Amino acid sequence: MKSNTKLFEPSLVKTSIIQAFLKLDPRVMIKNPVMFTVEIGTLIMAYVTIYSLGHTIEGSPIYNSIIFLVLLLTVLFANFAEAIAEARGKAQADSLRRTREETPAKVLMENGSFEVRSSNFLKKGDVFICETGDLIATDGEIIEGIATIDESAITGESAPVIREAGGDKSSVTGGTKVLSDEIKVKVTTEPGESFLDKMIALVEGASRQKTPNEIALTILLASFTLVFIIVCVTLKPFADYANTPITIAALISLFVCLIPTTIGGLLSAIGIAGMDRALRANVITKSGKAVETAGDIDVLLLDKTGTITIGNRKATNFYPTAGTEMKKFVDACVLSSLADETPEGKSIIELARVDEKAILPIVPTGSEFITFTAETRSSGINTPNGRRIRKGAFDSIRNFVQEAGHIFPSDIEEKVKHIASNGGTPLVVSENEHALGVIELQDIIKPGISERFERLRKMGVKTVMVTGDNPLTAKYIAEKAGVDDFIAEAKPEDKMNYIKDEQALGKLVAMMGDGTNDAPALAQADVGVAMNSGTQAAKEAGNMVDLDNDPTKLIEIVEIGKQLLITRGTLTTFSIANDVAKYFAIVPALFITSIPALKGLNIMGLHSPESAILSAVIFNAIIIPILIPLALKGVAYKAIGASALLRRNLFIYGIGGVVAPFIGIKLIDLAVSLFV
Amino acid sequence: MNTEFIGIIATFFITVAIAIPLGKYLAKVFAGEKVWTDFLKPIETLIYKLSGINVKEQMDWKKHLKVLLLINSIWIIYGFFILLYQDKLPFNPDGNPGMPADLAFNTIISFVANCNLQHYSGETGVSYLTQQFVLMFLQFVSAATGIAAAIVLFKAFREKTATNLGNFWEFFVRSITRLLLPLSVVVALILTFNGTPASYEGKDQFISLQGDTINVSRGPAAQMIAIKHLGTNGGGYFGANSSHPFENPNYLTNMVEMIAQTIIPMAMVICFGYFIRRKKLGYTIFGVMTIGMLLLMIPTLHSELGGNPQLAKMGIAQHTGAMEGKEVRFGPAATAYWSTLTTVISTGSVNGMHDSTMPLTGLWQLLGMMVNGFYGGCGVGILNYFIYLIIAVFISGLMVGRTPEFLGHKVEAREVKIASIITLLSPFLILAGTAISTYVFTAHGDVAWSTEPKAWLNNPSFHGFSEMLYEVTSSNANNGSGFEGLSDNNAFWNVLTGIIIFLGRFLPIIGPVAIAGLLAKKKFIPESAGTLKTDTKTFALMTFAVIMVLNALSYFPALALGPIAEYFTMLK
Repeated sequence: MKSNTKLFEPSLVKTSIIQAFLKLDPRVMIKNPVMFTVEIGTLIMAYVTIYSLGHTIEGSPIYNSIIFLVLLLTVLFANFAEAIAEARGKAQADSLRRTREETPAKVLMENGSFEVRSSNFLKKGDVFICETGDLIATDGEIIEGIATIDESAITGESAPVIREAGGDKSSVTGGTKVLSDEIKVKVTTEPGESFLDKMIALVEGASRQKTPNEIALTILLASFTLVFIIVCVTLKPFADYANTPITIAALISLFVCLIPTTIGGLLSAIGIAGMDRALRANVITKSGKAVETAGDIDVLLLDKTGTITIGNRKATNFYPTAGTEMKKFVDACVLSSLADETPEGKSIIELARVDEKAILPIVPTGSEFITFTAETRSSGINTPNGRRIRKGAFDSIRNFVQEAGHIFPSDIEEKVKHIASNGGTPLVVSENEHALGVIELQDIIKPGISERFERLRKMGVKTVMVTGDNPLTAKYIAEKAGVDDFIAEAKPEDKMNYIKDEQALGKLVAMMGDGTNDAPALAQADVGVAMNSGTQAAKEAGNMVDLDNDPTKLIEIVEIGKQLLITRGTLTTFSIANDVAKYFAIVPALFITSIPALKGLNIMGLHSPESAILSAVIFNAIIIPILIPLALKGVAYKAIGASALLRRNLFIYGIGGVVAPFIGIKLIDLAVSLFV
Repeated sequence: MNTEFIGIIATFFITVAIAIPLGKYLAKVFAGEKVWTDFLKPIETLIYKLSGINVKEQMDWKKHLKVLLLINSIWIIYGFFILLYQDKLPFNPDGNPGMPADLAFNTIISFVANCNLQHYSGETGVSYLTQQFVLMFLQFVSAATGIAAAIVLFKAFREKTATNLGNFWEFFVRSITRLLLPLSVVVALILTFNGTPASYEGKDQFISLQGDTINVSRGPAAQMIAIKHLGTNGGGYFGANSSHPFENPNYLTNMVEMIAQTIIPMAMVICFGYFIRRKKLGYTIFGVMTIGMLLLMIPTLHSELGGNPQLAKMGIAQHTGAMEGKEVRFGPAATAYWSTLTTVISTGSVNGMHDSTMPLTGLWQLLGMMVNGFYGGCGVGILNYFIYLIIAVFISGLMVGRTPEFLGHKVEAREVKIASIITLLSPFLILAGTAISTYVFTAHGDVAWSTEPKAWLNNPSFHGFSEMLYEVTSSNANNGSGFEGLSDNNAFWNVLTGIIIFLGRFLPIIGPVAIAGLLAKKKFIPESAGTLKTDTKTFALMTFAVIMVLNALSYFPALALGPIAEYFTMLK
């Protein structure tokens, strides 16, 4: 589902333009106080235009109608920004939703027979059967059976996954396909109430609520708007004192230019785009607030396996004891592992083949495989020609060797200690009760992960590794991967306690989990991301669901949250900084006819009062569509520390915000002066 | 010229050299740590006992504001009636009359609010009783009110999380016993030894060489002039304020008065840093304020020392700069220095005529009062600055991708709402006040009031506009200086500025204290690499930008029609 829709997909633009007009409805506009006042200004301008047809005192009707049109465009541009953000989010959500429309389901009846029913009519608690080749009709939990499932429709990942009843991998998603076997699935949501449905509603605006920071910013912007209302209203008696008539067109233009229309027009688009970006990262959020909170996260709890290390341990080295040939040792290792289906076993063969160029022996027919048990803590093979090869934990093989009356070589013992202290796991191999050597297994830390942790550290996020390993191994891996802290031999309640402790210090904690036993911690965490493959309980407890089941997704989510806030902050700064230039365009234009001395303020050398005012309002209008791409994509987050980031953004959007309109208004004035 | 510069540079450095240790001392005093003035404790204990105050009682921010407003309203009522009936009360050797109600209303609010806008003249308008027991008394307690309110705010950030912010009476009493009173004694003695009167006798009389009989007003002036500056009040004993030879006899007293009015506002900033154990933050704020003050002072010096271009056009040499409205014993540099400080700080005393300064000087004076936070008044300066700080924290917090936080406390909708209202208040009062005045002047110039509105202004046109704008701005800033040239002692101006002074005083105290109280209650968030630090140069720059942009955007059109238009017209 990783679609790369163009920023302005033609079909979306079309619906957005229609929406832009529909959103002119004052009942909708009032939610955005800044743009609402612009709409009122536009209406007054419409009246003034008509009035000026018969009265010359308010200026020429043509000029007034142009101002009216530019103001109307300003409102429409702002509406369009919101509409296109909504449309993009909706398109993304629709493509997810399409996968689950009108899928027939074989619903199990009480008498044991089944009835085919459309997915739209499935109720919570219904049980349906899926066989090989069936599309799963809706979200649910497997209550019986095991199946391989193709989830590529949701995740874009083509490799099939296994889902089975019980345990932490029991959830199935509507729209995915059963590749083999048969499962019974219990429906977990009412129609129209799945996470995806909720997300779509959030994007569409019906149930979208403003996030805390958005509310605070709206208040601030409303107060700026009020200041400028005061400035413009009082200007009338000031001008009367100075015997300077000011036209209503000029006053309204000044007002619209001064109020923060740029950020006001883009504010809701930025919020929607934030959720949309989350959705594009295949994360379903239950509220916009969760995305915003993600940007504030101080502590990130990450599972070791799959996040920090690649899957399981891998064999990295063969260490034969003194007096044993490498070739013979490797041969024994391979033989003992050929029947070993565990990832460790496979990695031993892989290492032998690649590093030692060993030719893989064929297992002699009649060999007996010894499987691993918790008591023996070893596995191996007995061949018909009398070779008894064992590999296993150090102490179990040592007992085994010593019981047979043989001496356990001291160099192996040293090697074992050495490996353990380096965070590895030693596997000792023996043949006919003689120790041959040690295989070193190591956790493979994901390439690039320590750079990501470094990046998180610069953002001020503390990373914590959660692992079932013993503290020694955990410490080693934690250091190597560059995480700040670790929880070793972790039990589910350890996570919970860690989260509570951090929260007691005032920190915000995010975690990812999938199991039912993760659910309390997911609920406790400020941002809890449940894997889509996880249990229903986990998904209910968290406030986000990751469709890709990718444990590193948390890092992305934090960045999306930060980007959201940064985009709001920088565009506010830009919007306010713009006013400096607009003042220098409009104020001299207002007074220059009656107070010629004030032409000293016309530092841009604008053509005439009319062209100056018109250029300022045109600039004010077109800056909105120019910034739509930035609002939708978000201002890039750079992990360079807060002060450096402030310096950077202050320079680009603060200084840039002061300079850009001087250039823009001057250029527009040059163009306008050709006509006026 | 050189000695004039040396004079003001020396004054500035002496001020800083006193203010820094004073700030550290204040931090200790209000934290209850051991200081050398602890020998005054018995006096404080006696005051508490006499007034039945339990200083052990801990107050939250609401309780603090409640008692602050309560005691201030008592002073308003008390003073109002004395002003009305001062002619019937003792200590009135010159037989001055009681005040009319509108003037009494204006005067009492003005002095309770630490503004000291004076629509009367000290020589003829008030009795010695009023001078001493109303006006001078209020100069002490209004300054102490501001300092105590600031300490409440400081207290909110001293501990990680706090609901109780100390005892208001303790802060209030200590600001008087440990700070205002001892310093006033020192300054008053210096003034007395230099010739400022401190007697209770009525007018003196002499016959001049021309044979005219001249009455010379005097009275208990030295003590009032000391606290008028130390408490950033600015209300003069005599009508001509600190340009009067009795109030400010020579260059030395001029220096002392300039130093006196600046040390407490500066010290409060330093005190903030030490009190909350983040002295770097204190010095950073101090840096921003100093740069802001210098950016107003340097162009002021430039335009005053440069002289009047109109006179220059006539070929008149002005070696000493623009001397109109200035005292020869101080010169233009010391007058320019004073005029900047008295407007950035809310003192509002003058040692020259602001009405006569160059148009651009008027612009800088107005801007200083509009900002009202470059040092600012006793205690309230840092409260005003705090609002700018919250706005800066909010915008820059978003810019670095985190919910904004100040000193470990999240700044959320409620705090932003309060800060927004306070930010809105100044433009509202200043612009609406000026708009009403200009409207009455233009549309109802000949209405039958005791002073017809069309007769308000000494100067027509842009300068007249500045006169009205200045009067309203000075009221809102609780500055109290006048541009003069405006007939302000009439019902219209007395009532209008009285209301503006009142709102401009108490709302900007309530707002910051409320924000601080709300923030203090929130959970403390420890600092991380993602936290925006507020004591860095970058953030200082951000705050400065917020201050300049907010004020420029609010007042640019008004300033364009006043001093800026006058400036460009003069150049023509």
